[in-house]
Amino acid sequence: MWYHSRVSDSAYIAGGASALPAAVPTVIPTKTVTSRHSVLVRVTHWITTLCFFALLVSGAEIVISHPRFYWGETGNDLTPTLFKLPIPASRNLVPTGYKFTLPDANGWSRYLHFQAAWVVILTGLLYVISILFNGYLRNDLLPSKSDLSWRAVSTVISGHLRFHRPSEAEAWSYNVLQRLSYLFVIFVLFPLVIWTGLAMSPAFVSAVPAAVNLLGGQQSARTLHFFVSLALVLFLLVHIVMVWRAGFRSRMRAMITGTMITGTMIAGRATTLGEGTTASATMERT
Amino acid sequence: MSKISRRKLITTGIAATAGAAGLGVAARLAQKYGLVPPDHGGIYGLGETLTYASQRLLTRHSLAREFSRSQISDRPFPNEVETPSDEFKRLQSGRFADWRFSVNGMVARPASFSLDQLKSYPSHTQITMLQCEEGWSYIAEWIGVPLSHVLDVVGVLPQARYVVYFSIEPDTWESIDMADALHPQTFLTYGMNGGDLPVGHGGPLRLRLPRQVGYKNVKFLTHLTVTDSLKGFGKGLGGASPEGGYAWYAGI
Repeated sequence: MWYHSRVSDSAYIAGGASALPAAVPTVIPTKTVTSRHSVLVRVTHWITTLCFFALLVSGAEIVISHPRFYWGETGNDLTPTLFKLPIPASRNLVPTGYKFTLPDANGWSRYLHFQAAWVVILTGLLYVISILFNGYLRNDLLPSKSDLSWRAVSTVISGHLRFHRPSEAEAWSYNVLQRLSYLFVIFVLFPLVIWTGLAMSPAFVSAVPAAVNLLGGQQSARTLHFFVSLALVLFLLVHIVMVWRAGFRSRMRAMITGTMITGTMIAGRATTLGEGTTASATMERT
Repeated sequence: MSKISRRKLITTGIAATAGAAGLGVAARLAQKYGLVPPDHGGIYGLGETLTYASQRLLTRHSLAREFSRSQISDRPFPNEVETPSDEFKRLQSGRFADWRFSVNGMVARPASFSLDQLKSYPSHTQITMLQCEEGWSYIAEWIGVPLSHVLDVVGVLPQARYVVYFSIEPDTWESIDMADALHPQTFLTYGMNGGDLPVGHGGPLRLRLPRQVGYKNVKFLTHLTVTDSLKGFGKGLGGASPEGGYAWYAGI
């Protein structure tokens, strides 16, 4: 099917074996262009990235106007807190301990926060509905039964702990930890951050009071929204580190153009066949 | 290759045309059913319109959550108020006996009410939360007359679409649509937690709108105009908040 990684017709071999003198080992540099990510995955990935940063910046701005957190229904400058962030505030009545007040930026922050939320929710809906029907969820995200064994999971974890570079096979398909992380972000953290966000809307909860009552109150919803956002930021940091370790340029290329230049599969065969085989090749990492 | 391109081109073309036509129809319908907020222009217009339209469809008749008496906050935070004007101090020294709340615009019988007149109408209470857009909140018992009662007294004309309301504080005014104006929990509030509404909380008269955040709950209310268009008011954005960069609709 179209979304599967596959060696495309445009694979090409650079260099000619016949041109090489016989004394030189016949190692042929081969570049194989393969498709990796579908248009849907790439477009939704980058729209989500853009919205994520917009939500993060505007969310931080809104928190700065009241960097105090509570549990239950209510909380304000006159009530005890659950915890406070040790930062200055953009409102002068908030008791922060700082002698200065930051400029008010809640107007555009709230506009931007809700606009980015709309775009990312609609993008997320398109993504989730698509992957439910095109097989991507089943084939590329849900781990197979064998992958879910402790042995398989611990292999991946010990590989990470030993700082092994990801194997080339992982350029083609997600390992079990990646699959579980992506599933957790898509089906747990994103729904939770949307839910806790909507639970703060006085109009929304007038129509759906259970949205806030189940969370234990409006201030609880706000505090949970903050922690789920932190979890998403943590995922982003790990995601960037992993992309960096796997090869920043090749992974960025895959997510932008949809293709990867690789050839280790043939190279792997070359090592077993040994030098002098016409199929052998060294790979250029790009 | 060229066959695929042609087919793709045709389907993409059809999809784009259908999409554009769909958007056009959606915009027309949204305009017709009053789902487009006055601050729909500009770079945040899309999100603002989606929020207002979806919440208006979802919440036209829904009631804000009401709480039990035991949940009333011990320490309601009054927030900052401007230093009162001389006019306010004069009215305050007379215990607000001369305070007037006037209603005009698209009404059959424009009128001006004293606080005593407002208090002579059936008094209602609600125990609801006041939420500030900054993130803090408190619960209080609010006592007043539903705005819909006063609008019935003056006789709102059928073409009315918004009410614009003004504070005695300079440059403090907001507006709401008729769904919010006629909503049973939209109060002209003169009492709080069993007593008079304290000045810090907007006394003697505050518009209470529990389904929208604090800044739409204007304090020191003196005047209200019923209108079919917000164009003639200020920059046409429907309030001091949208003119200052804050959203007109604040249900979120």
